[in-house]
Amino acid sequence: MDLPRTRRTENGATSNRTLMSASTGTTATQLLDNERFWRIFVWTVLLAGACVMFLPFLWLLSSSLKTELSIFRYPPEWIPDPIQFSNYVDAWTTRPFALYVRNTIVILLLNEVAVLVSASFCAYGFARIDFPGRNVWFAVLLATVMLPGIVTMIPQFVIFSRIGWVNTILPLTVPFFFGGGAFNIFLLRQFFRTLPAELADAAYIDGASEITIYWRIMLPLAKPALATIAIFTFIGTWNDFMGPLLYLAKDPNKFTVALGLAMFRTAFAGRTRWDLLMAASTMMIVPVIFVFFVAQRYFIQGIAISGLKG
Amino acid sequence: MAVEAQPSKLPWPRTRRARRALTGYMFISPFILGFLLFFVGPALVAAWLTMFDWNMIRPPYFIGLGNFKKMFADDLFYQSLKVTAYFSLVSVPVGLVLSFFLALLMNFKTRSIAVFRTIYYLPSIVPAVANAVLWSFILNTEFGLLNALLDSIGLPKIAWLQEPEWAMPAIILMSLWALGATMVIYLAGLQGIPRSLYEAAEIDGAGRWASLVNVTIPLMSPVIFFNLIIGIIGSFQIFTAGFLITGGGPQHATLFYVLYIYRNGLQYFDMGYASLLAWVLFFLIFGLTLVVFKYVGRYVYYEDVGT
Repeated sequence: MDLPRTRRTENGATSNRTLMSASTGTTATQLLDNERFWRIFVWTVLLAGACVMFLPFLWLLSSSLKTELSIFRYPPEWIPDPIQFSNYVDAWTTRPFALYVRNTIVILLLNEVAVLVSASFCAYGFARIDFPGRNVWFAVLLATVMLPGIVTMIPQFVIFSRIGWVNTILPLTVPFFFGGGAFNIFLLRQFFRTLPAELADAAYIDGASEITIYWRIMLPLAKPALATIAIFTFIGTWNDFMGPLLYLAKDPNKFTVALGLAMFRTAFAGRTRWDLLMAASTMMIVPVIFVFFVAQRYFIQGIAISGLKG
Repeated sequence: MAVEAQPSKLPWPRTRRARRALTGYMFISPFILGFLLFFVGPALVAAWLTMFDWNMIRPPYFIGLGNFKKMFADDLFYQSLKVTAYFSLVSVPVGLVLSFFLALLMNFKTRSIAVFRTIYYLPSIVPAVANAVLWSFILNTEFGLLNALLDSIGLPKIAWLQEPEWAMPAIILMSLWALGATMVIYLAGLQGIPRSLYEAAEIDGAGRWASLVNVTIPLMSPVIFFNLIIGIIGSFQIFTAGFLITGGGPQHATLFYVLYIYRNGLQYFDMGYASLLAWVLFFLIFGLTLVVFKYVGRYVYYEDVGT
């Protein structure tokens, strides 16, 4: 059904010549090749889709500003009456969200350091040093990118509880110091391989060690790739629910924002305060969207490296 | 570092080659250690635990194949497989086709592409918990957005989260909201296709349809394949939606496999059984990935090296 439509979408390069051939008639086939028709069609579909995609956000924002009563008005109003900003304050203070934010930031900072240093270190080895067995380990690395982390959830929990790490942030941070995630190593390795070998030659002649070259020459050049990884790590840590659920759920003083929000659902005996829940959810989403807008080009870069050159 | 700086003072390694190997392994050692400590180790522990009945308090009790027997007789195990397969079989193909279609449209040179791309992409970075909370309300029978929309075009309201047959479509719908992540990967791929190929196709008399079938789809097949694999693996790991929105219900209609593992491990503390379920999931995903590589992978077109 969609096939004839997609027909056009491919490229703009054919446009002018196609337009001329199409202008001679108005049969269905020629309509498909009509540039104007396609432009309008594409625009309409994308706009309609964008509205659908954006609607939940509007709903979230609108609901977060409603009173406990007006949120149950039917049909729902898009513009709240009255607009109640105090929901945000109430949500923030009903549960100690400031504490949750602080807890999350501690984990986040540790993970950022761990991932950036560890992943780039390993990636340098994979990208710039030739040694026997490298390809085998690289295959292992690629396999672990694919492997579902969920599989080791139970035995990891067993091990971490044996060594007394449950109710601490150690299970959520320490593993990142060991490689910083296969995907991140892969991403940085791809980046390091694009750098010309001559960059390090002078340093080699001066007798610099690989570590010096890695730290002094390669790492500064890798800043864009590191930024990409830093952002993915931020999103991953901020959004992570399973980890905190497994290891921090017993102690409300150690909750992360994600865990705090999940527990916030049942904070009001017997009733669901959608107004406050929507306000709290908005507050959790805003930092992610903010980071996205600030660092948009690194997102795109990461996608381009990860998805395509594999 | 010392190895590199003063090789002569050390008894080994003597050759340059060996020193280089040592340096290489030093660099990738964090990964190797992490792989052993946090993947191989736990996986072996899990394999060992599959033969035990253990609630983490009493000492493990050896039951041999007891957990296997339990699994094959466990209705909820089959139910969770069915639920996960249902989710995967619908959400992955629909998501792949829809996001490919959107990427094609977006690749059309419109000035507003950046704005559209952002709007479509944003839902996919919404934190899972916030997403679950938001969608619980959107899917609310009485006051939710979805039913309000249905109602406004004259359709009856649906008890999305209370009716066993509607809970899954609701969660699939919610998961499709995040298709922007797949879409941007397609988009990056589409933008990498050289213009010259389309121009060549056009000279050969190819229309838009022919270009799509003969140029775009073959060249995009590695990306489509990548998204398919990632999509399958991801869909088998869905957890938060089932855990927070439906709690696996109604009537186990959204008892996703990982949710069932979580329950056995972290709620019933049946670690042996949970470990077995985890291993089964591993083999399922592994097997499925192999099958997809074998039967779908052959249709993937890889450009010749050097072009």
